[in-house]
Amino acid sequence: MAEPEKDALSGRETTGHEWDGLKELNTPLPRWWLWVLYATIVWAVAYTVVYPAWPTLSGYTKGMIDYSSRGELAKNLAAVKQSRSSWINRFEESSVSEIAADNDLLTYAMAGGRAVFAENCAPCHAAAGSGSVGYPSLADDDWLWGGKVDDIYTSIRYGIRSDHDDARVSDMPAFGADELLNAQQVADVTAHVMSLSGGSAANAAGATVFEDECAACHGEDGTGNRELGAPNLADAIWLNGSGVDAVNAQVKNPKHGVMPAWVDRLDDVSVKQVSVYVHSLGGGQ
Amino acid sequence: MQEKMEKNVILLAIATLITISIGGLVQLVPLYALDSTIEEVEGMRPYSPLELAGRNIYVREGCYLCHSQMIRPFRDEIERYGKYSLAAESMYDHPFQWGSKRTGPDVARVGGKYSNDWHTAHMINPRSVVPESIMPGYPFMATTELSYDDAAEHLKTLSIVGVPYTSEQVASAVADVKAQATGEGDVDAMLARYPKAAVGDFDGNPDKLTELDAMIAYLQMLGRLVDYTNYKPEMDYR
Repeated sequence: MAEPEKDALSGRETTGHEWDGLKELNTPLPRWWLWVLYATIVWAVAYTVVYPAWPTLSGYTKGMIDYSSRGELAKNLAAVKQSRSSWINRFEESSVSEIAADNDLLTYAMAGGRAVFAENCAPCHAAAGSGSVGYPSLADDDWLWGGKVDDIYTSIRYGIRSDHDDARVSDMPAFGADELLNAQQVADVTAHVMSLSGGSAANAAGATVFEDECAACHGEDGTGNRELGAPNLADAIWLNGSGVDAVNAQVKNPKHGVMPAWVDRLDDVSVKQVSVYVHSLGGGQ
Repeated sequence: MQEKMEKNVILLAIATLITISIGGLVQLVPLYALDSTIEEVEGMRPYSPLELAGRNIYVREGCYLCHSQMIRPFRDEIERYGKYSLAAESMYDHPFQWGSKRTGPDVARVGGKYSNDWHTAHMINPRSVVPESIMPGYPFMATTELSYDDAAEHLKTLSIVGVPYTSEQVASAVADVKAQATGEGDVDAMLARYPKAAVGDFDGNPDKLTELDAMIAYLQMLGRLVDYTNYKPEMDYR
């Protein structure tokens, strides 16, 4: 190999490359930079010893400190549970009605319940439980399945017409679609239902149909039955839309709302907190 | 040697390819070869033909651009979305839908979280149920009939890449789509082939088997297949 050429001006060696008369100086890398590079190499090797890294024939090296992201998570969760244990234990030991009656627990449950509600309940029942067509308002005192905090707790745990075995279930017959009533009878009973809340004049024929077909669940006076999830028809609150057309459609071919069971999705403390929260939204009984 | 490499673009390209390949292979091959990559769980099954049709629509519409299907093992994630995702839960995914882009929430465990009615309203117009949502509406899905004559072909294609569909499942694919989406036909046989599949008319329109039916059937299954009753998470710490 030829002796490296020296640049006359700076006295440094050149790389020997030449492009159109321009030559490149062969300036060495700064010492500090090289040391950093060596340090990162040492770091990388040490890292693979301390943490899980290398594949083996039947698995992989677990590393010296037995780290795993799932294991870390379990530790993290256990630590959080520990730090909250004085509260969590009280929630686990108390029934929802006891929680609602205890000022300290109630305050705590309101904060926790609000977060649970926002993520899990608000998509249907809307912010602050104001509800919308097809999704009952939780902020008024019109309850389908009962407004006591225990009733709310049961509804949340097992859901309404959910796939849980203990779900609350009721099924209004499709009086029109299944031809249990003819069109005239449907119109009459709709008029009667409207009259219950003062929306129209009394309809004698409709009242007879109502007594035969509807009163068993909705009650003689149409005020509903919370044991059966039969809505109150004598107030101005309508689950599936107000007005003659909406009521008529519901008599013909009723919509049945579905609420999931939360017992397998949320832990019991969260369900208790959100039950108390819902109970406090304005309509709790 | 270096001079040759620097001055010959083809040599340089080949050498670059080899170097990068080594890096990639060293990282990826062990994961395919190791038994511990995919957890042993009970309950995972290949997707039913209707769920698969929904999944295809999910991919076609680019849902993965905003929704991931992977709950990471962090406290904030599991408190919001539920148990962290297992590798086993996407072992029949081709391609997987993990993603790191979350304009919308993770949907790995959305199954059973909402009612079918909610999904119908939400897909047609998300703002009707979630006022602050920025998701586009997909109203055409509710009116577009699902094309499922080729359901068996989709199952066959996936079995080529290793999804264990049986010949019985392939043969009854079209019938299974109908059974799951209408609740008519041999539903029990379909459920025996695909346990825990949600059955029924999903989009509130029993007269028509639409793309929305398939989509909701897929969404209602997500994250619900693995049976956690006997699962010991500490066996799969990694």
